[in-house]
Formats: sequence, C-alpha cells, structure tokens
Amino acid sequence: MQLIPCPWCGPREEVEFHYGGQAHVAYPAAPADLSDREWAEYVFFRDNPKGLFAERWVHSTGCRRWFNAIRDTGTHDFRAVYRPNEPKPVIS
Amino acid sequence: MTDMDQPSTPGADLPDHPDFLWRNPDPKPSYDVIIVGGGGHGLATAYYLAKNHGITNVAVLEKGWLAGGNMARNTTIIRSNYLWDESSGIYEHSLKLWEGLAEDLDYPILFSQRGVLNLAHTLQDVRDSVRRVNANNLNGIDAEWIDAQGVKELCPIVNISPDVRYPVLGATYQPRAGIAKHDYVAWGYARRASDMGVDLIQDCEVQGIDIVNGRVVGVQTSRGPIRAGKVALCGAGHSSVLADMAGIRVPLQSHPLQALVSEILQPVHPTVVMSNAVHVYVSQAHKGELVMGAGIDSYNGYGQRGSFHIIEDQMSAAVELFPIFARAHVLRTWAGIVDVTPDASPIVGLTEVEDLYLNCGWGTGGFKATPGVGSCFAHTVAHGRPHPYNEPFTLDRFTTGALVDEHGAAAVAH
Ligand SMILES: Cc1cc2nc3c(=O)[nH]c(=O)nc-3n(C[C@H](O)[C@H](O)[C@H](O)COP(=O)(O)OP(=O)(O)OC[C@H]3O[C@@H](n4cnc5c(N)ncnc54)[C@H](O)[C@@H]3O)c2cc1C
Ligand SMILES: [Zn+2]
Repeated sequence: MQLIPCPWCGPREEVEFHYGGQAHVAYPAAPADLSDREWAEYVFFRDNPKGLFAERWVHSTGCRRWFNAIRDTGTHDFRAVYRPNEPKPVIS
Repeated sequence: MTDMDQPSTPGADLPDHPDFLWRNPDPKPSYDVIIVGGGGHGLATAYYLAKNHGITNVAVLEKGWLAGGNMARNTTIIRSNYLWDESSGIYEHSLKLWEGLAEDLDYPILFSQRGVLNLAHTLQDVRDSVRRVNANNLNGIDAEWIDAQGVKELCPIVNISPDVRYPVLGATYQPRAGIAKHDYVAWGYARRASDMGVDLIQDCEVQGIDIVNGRVVGVQTSRGPIRAGKVALCGAGHSSVLADMAGIRVPLQSHPLQALVSEILQPVHPTVVMSNAVHVYVSQAHKGELVMGAGIDSYNGYGQRGSFHIIEDQMSAAVELFPIFARAHVLRTWAGIVDVTPDASPIVGLTEVEDLYLNCGWGTGGFKATPGVGSCFAHTVAHGRPHPYNEPFTLDRFTTGALVDEHGAAAVAH
C-alpha cells in the first residue's frame, strides 16, 4: 500500500487519508461582483494536469489535520508535503 | 439469457482470432477531419463520418494502439436507464444502435441482452429507483421495479438474506441492457472505417494543436505536423491535456478506475448486477470470467493503476452479495483513466475554437455510449452544429447552470 507522508505524523498508509482536490483555490474576494463565468470557474473548474499537482489531503484516521502535497499525477509519487500555513515549495 | 440457458464449453462460441483487420498507413500531410484518440469513441466517430456523411478523408491518430485506453479496459455494461430526459435520449439512441450493430458492422460483437439489475439497499434507494423506473417508462425505456424475491429469481446466486449489513430490498431491471465484447467492438468499427478509406494511425501522439485566427488548422504529432480542416478530440482520460493544447479549459478531473476478473468458471451468473450502495458490479464474461468493477480511486491520476484497498473493499462487497464468490480467485486487475465531470454527464459539441470539436467527460460510463456518441459526434463534426441528442451536453452548461445531474441519479455510473 502506498505510504503518504503526513507533515505531522510521518509516513502512514493511504487508507488513513482522504483526498481534497486542488490546493490553493481561494474563495472569491468579492463574491457579489462575480460573473456567471467566474462563478462557474470557482465552483466547477479545477486544474487537471498530467504531472505535478498541488492538492489537499486530510489525515482522517490519524491527526485529522489537513495539509497540502505536491504529487505527480502521472506516477502517483508524492514529491513534497507541507502544512497549510507554509508556502508552496518550488519543485522542478 | 439465451447463451446461459444450456451449459456449454466456455469460449466455444467465440470466433477465431482475426487476421489483420485494417491497413496501417503512414500519415498523409493533410486530412479533412483528424480525430484524436483511437478508442471506441474515436473509431465510431470515424465510422459514422464515413458511413452516414460520406466524409472519408479522415485520420484517427492514436498515441498507443487502437483501444489500448479505456475501450478495452471497461466492464462492458450497456444500459439506457438513466434518470434525466437528456441522458435517456442519447443512451437509448445508443442502445438501439447496439441492437443492430453486429449486422451493421458485419462483425460479431457478442452483444448479449441479459438484463441489468441495479440493486436498492435502503429506503431512499428504493424511492430513487422507483422514481427512475417511472422516468424511464415515460421516456419509452424498458424498466421494471423488482422486489427481493424477484431479484433472486433472475439471479439465484444473489444473497437476499435480511441479515446482512446492506440487505437487498429490490432492484430496477432493464431487460434490454447487457454486455458486449469491447475489443471486438473496437475491431469491428476499425475494420469498416479502414475499408471506407479512413486512415487509422497508431503510435502517433498529438503534441500540439495549431490554431490560426481562432480556427484550428492542424496538429503537431510525434510523427510530424498534419494539416486538418477539422479536428475532433476523443481523448477520454487525457481530454484535459488535449484541451490545454488548444487553450480550452474543461471541468474534468482524471481518476484511475479499476476492474478485475476471476479465473474462468462455468456459467453461474446469468445477468448483470450493479450496486451503488456497496459499490460493486458483476457480470460473467462469455469466456467465463467473473468481471467486477468498483468506484474510482479518489485522487487524480494518469497512471493507469489504482490503490489496492479499493479492490479489497470491492471484494468484500462482492462476497457479501454473492457468498459463492468467496471461493473464486482474482486472476487479473487493471485500471483505466476516466475523465469525470461535475454532473457525471459528458461534454459533446463545439468549442470556442472554430472547427475544433470536443467529446469528453464520459467518465466511468462511456462504453455503452460508443455507437450513440459516435453517430451524434460525427453529425456534429459534419454539420458544424450539434445533433439534437448531444445538444444538452455543452461545455457552457457549467456557466448557465443547465446541468444534467446523473451523479447518484442514474444508479452506479458505469
Ligand atoms: C475499469 C473501467 C470500467 C468501465 N466500465 C464501463 C462499463 O461497464 N460501461 C460503460 O458504459 N463504460 C465503462 N467505462 C467507461 C468507458 O470505458 C469510457 O467512458 C470510454 O471507453 C471512453 O471512450 P473511448 O473508448 O474513446 O476511450 P479510450 O479507449 O480511452 O480512448 C481514448 C484514446 O485517446 C488516446 N489519446 C489520448 N491522448 C492522446 C494524444 N495526445 N494523441 C493521440 N492519442 C491520444 C488514448 O491513448 C486512448 O486510446 C469503464 C472504464 C474503465 C476504466
Ligand atoms: Zn497526521
């Protein structure tokens, strides 16, 4: 089973985690000003790259905390994990 | 149930392995239409472009081999008992084409209308199922509500004991639904398309889409540039990657979807059983393997493999529903990459780039649509406007809000 490195608990089995989709999607700063297209973008559209992807995970049956990861969607390899208050690491 | 009535040697009625069924040409410098993706949808679109519209200066470009994507990885369930009118339209159109497809292609596709049961395990399941049966009947689609005893009569190996975690309370039944042999379907379309002049070009990856003044003019490939009057994208799991090349943003997430087969067994399972609540679905292939699938892996992935715990969950559900499966062995597991939309309905139609057409978002359930979407997408490409059956499935619906929400509504989405 794939091990996922929780930034608080260290490597744990994948079944302890849940996936949260793309990271760094901010709630619109001025919701009342959004066009329908902009709302659609916020609600329905997410990046879907083949390669490095910044995404959210939660350690549901461990510390129950959310964190971010940079994972390669082509290989499923976790390249970095970081806590929500930490900046997105730069990986080439 | 015809082929299940009498015991027969498993595989005895399968045709021999075919000789070469299509030409393997080098790409020409230019085509009227380039179809990207040689899965079921790309091949069917090519076939109907040639057959229904007389457009034969067509190439299908496939980065791997024909049907090496989801087309020959799916669990081949064919049905049209979706909830909403928009879905009923295109899936029932497709089912009608399936009913004449072997004759049309002059090729065996082993389409077996053995019926599909969608099980209900909770009172809410029961209400939703009965509602769907009523909606189907209003749309002229065969559908019945069957109680647990009726399920047992149709499929004697299902455990209908009330003492399990998710007891079977009943099921919807679509008698005309069934399965087909997916690789034969691909070969059948490929053979006829090639005969009519379509170039099927394998080992040819599209790496860029050339757009001049808002109009598509060709593609860059691993085998050089090719010019095109029109380009039609049928990339399934890779649709986001292809759309990115044209600067088009699509609301898709690509996930692994796994399936597995048992060793070859004597006929034990006469129909197709699907369960959304415990999330497994099972049929028995013509050769005799039990074919089972589950839900997607949660994370985005292009790796054509998924996590083992999904298979464990799926097997525990299968063994509860079918106790005799406890003695079967898993022979092989695999995964495809499915392109999932927010409303579990596809996106089929025009794009903001002129002469560039998009067919994607079929997610976990596009095999059944192969003839239907092939014919409608060919119509869309030939006429430059959508066929009435794919008109509701625009990219724009995510902005207008006219979603066709089949998540949950259409039982399990395969
Ligand atoms: C495990 C599993 C079970 C399923 N079960 C069912 C089921 O029971 N019933 C059902 O209706 N549906 C089912 N599906 C869904 C169904 O298989 C898909 O919706 C359908 O096959 C998608 O259309 P396609 O056949 O054209 O896709 P594919 O066969 O995936 O074709 C897309 C092709 O595009 C090619 N391609 C991608 N990028 C490029 C590029 N840049 N250049 C050139 N070529 C490219 C790929 O190599 C691929 O061959 C299942 C899917 C999976 C994975
Ligand atoms: Zn943790």
